[in-house]
Amino acid sequence: MSKGRFGIHGGQYIPETLMNEIINLEKAYEYYKNDKEFNDELNTLLAEYAGRPSLLYYAEKMTKDLGGAKIYLKREDLNHTGSHKINNVLGQVLLAKKMGKTRVIAETGAGQHGVATATAAALLDMECEIFMGKEDTIRQALNVYRMELLGAKVNAVTTGTMTLKDAVNEAMREWSNRVEDTHYVLGSVMGPHPFPTIVRDFQSVISKEAREQILEKEGKLPTMVTACVGGGSNAMGMFYNFINDESVRLVGCEAAGHGIDTDKHAATIAKGELGVFHGMKSYFCQDEYGQIAPVYSISAGLDYPGIGPEHAYLHDIGRAEYVSVTDEEAVNAFEYIAKTEGIICAIESAHAVANVIKVAPTMSRDDIIIVCLSGRGDKDVAAIARYRGVNLYE
Amino acid sequence: MSKIKNAFSNGKAFIGFLTAGDPCLESSVEFILEMERAGADLIEIGIPFSDPVAEGIVIQEASLRALSAGMTTDGVFEIATRVREKSQIPLCFMTYLNPVFHYGYEKFFSKCGELKIDGIIIPDLPFEEKEEVSSVASRYDVDVISLIAPTSHERIRTIAKDATGFIYVVSSMGVTGMRSDITTDLGSMLAAIKEAAPDTPAAIGFGINTPAQAKQYSEIADGVIVGSAIVKIIEEHGSDAASYVYDYVKSMKDALR
Repeated sequence: MSKGRFGIHGGQYIPETLMNEIINLEKAYEYYKNDKEFNDELNTLLAEYAGRPSLLYYAEKMTKDLGGAKIYLKREDLNHTGSHKINNVLGQVLLAKKMGKTRVIAETGAGQHGVATATAAALLDMECEIFMGKEDTIRQALNVYRMELLGAKVNAVTTGTMTLKDAVNEAMREWSNRVEDTHYVLGSVMGPHPFPTIVRDFQSVISKEAREQILEKEGKLPTMVTACVGGGSNAMGMFYNFINDESVRLVGCEAAGHGIDTDKHAATIAKGELGVFHGMKSYFCQDEYGQIAPVYSISAGLDYPGIGPEHAYLHDIGRAEYVSVTDEEAVNAFEYIAKTEGIICAIESAHAVANVIKVAPTMSRDDIIIVCLSGRGDKDVAAIARYRGVNLYE
Repeated sequence: MSKIKNAFSNGKAFIGFLTAGDPCLESSVEFILEMERAGADLIEIGIPFSDPVAEGIVIQEASLRALSAGMTTDGVFEIATRVREKSQIPLCFMTYLNPVFHYGYEKFFSKCGELKIDGIIIPDLPFEEKEEVSSVASRYDVDVISLIAPTSHERIRTIAKDATGFIYVVSSMGVTGMRSDITTDLGSMLAAIKEAAPDTPAAIGFGINTPAQAKQYSEIADGVIVGSAIVKIIEEHGSDAASYVYDYVKSMKDALR
């Protein structure tokens, strides 16, 4: 079995053209992850620029209203650029710079990863090109303009379903065309080795902080940590430092769209099958001939037919559980947390909040849930209004 | 042993590609037989995949046309069955790993064995991952074709030594598609390949579309592979493309003689 495996998952299923680049990336990462100067620079950026550590906020009103477990929010939405994506991007762009690259490319779904990449590229003086499905450039028009303001070129991808998977396809094609000066800043814990490991490591700061914060506030570990899952980067970040704490339940929330028994969902663990795509062996939504399925979610960031290989492994061994949350439940949660806590969170994160609304009342007052609020929801306000049939005029 | 070596016994080889099921099953059978009649030495039959990340726009669109028209992996086996009723030309499949994986390696390659499919090209299966496929394919005498790219450098030796059937030399960075200018130093790539694997034929693909290019590259390699240019003709003429495909393939093979 080749490198970068999580059980049977993972691996390096990519064209030969990219193999040496991937090997170089792995070597560079293995070196710099232990390099003091690199870590000092990254930690300074995370603290002084991104605003880490992020708050662990006790959602008292939600807790009282739901009448069960104590609910804490890990406030990744308060990071610079408004989501957890900046954690990974600062690490990867800094790494790319150390490798002598002058240009970064990235895929984006909701636009959060694209905005974060464009931001890091502006700060660290790198040329930047973002690939985004045309469908998503419409759903998330505000983020397109943000990326352009930051100096990035945004390419609207018109192939396939014109969403996140097609943006990944196009970014991979562009990378195979130009590896010499270009690093592909993959945005999730997916793709060929070493990306799932690199992205997980850079995102693991979420659970490193959360674990320390909850021990300080409560003197004990949480009963459950939960996060939304598309490719799975904020969930992996939220889970990672709790994996060895066997008493802590790890719960990922997938997008069920119109429902997992319809053909409009993106619930990979619930409905997907083992496959090989985008450089990795993992679970994918696909048809009987292995054609990748056109998935759907109201959330552009969860609208992806696969899941990172480490999640697939955590599912296989029963360490993590994965549940499905529909569009309707997510939108209700989006509105609920806004009215209850005064927080407008990303529609992606609202999938995790929806699950908390479901399970918290069934748990005891001694239980603690930490939910990763992976991003802020400004970008989603227009789409939620549309969903509710409200016309917004500029 | 597969019949791939036969493809290189008639001077420099012309290897033609088409996407199975574009525009329909019957046309694919007809075009493959026309290519053989025009002098093609080996045919690559593309099993369409929803997300062909190594393809340029021409083959991407052909893949989607074929899938929309209902082509499936079983449909491609039907094409191969009908071709085999009339022809023993060396045949390779070209596709991505997921359709093969999902079909089941054992089931897929046993069918290949029955139909005397000689090889398979899987762009998202690099050397490091090859074993899981070749361990099954080899039992049915199907060669898993190795690709070598302009970025392979010191990997050339390892890959070439392990290669069976023929070596697919990727001429350019990026994806498949017609190019007027190929800037890779193919001469030194081929020299390194030949040093490591003197007895394995090496054919150049990616970007080749004119008889002049075919002639030029045949001087350093054992054959040329042409995909997008043929698929483009099929895109333009649809089910009436047979004579155009014949003329084109003939002009390319003539340039190699």
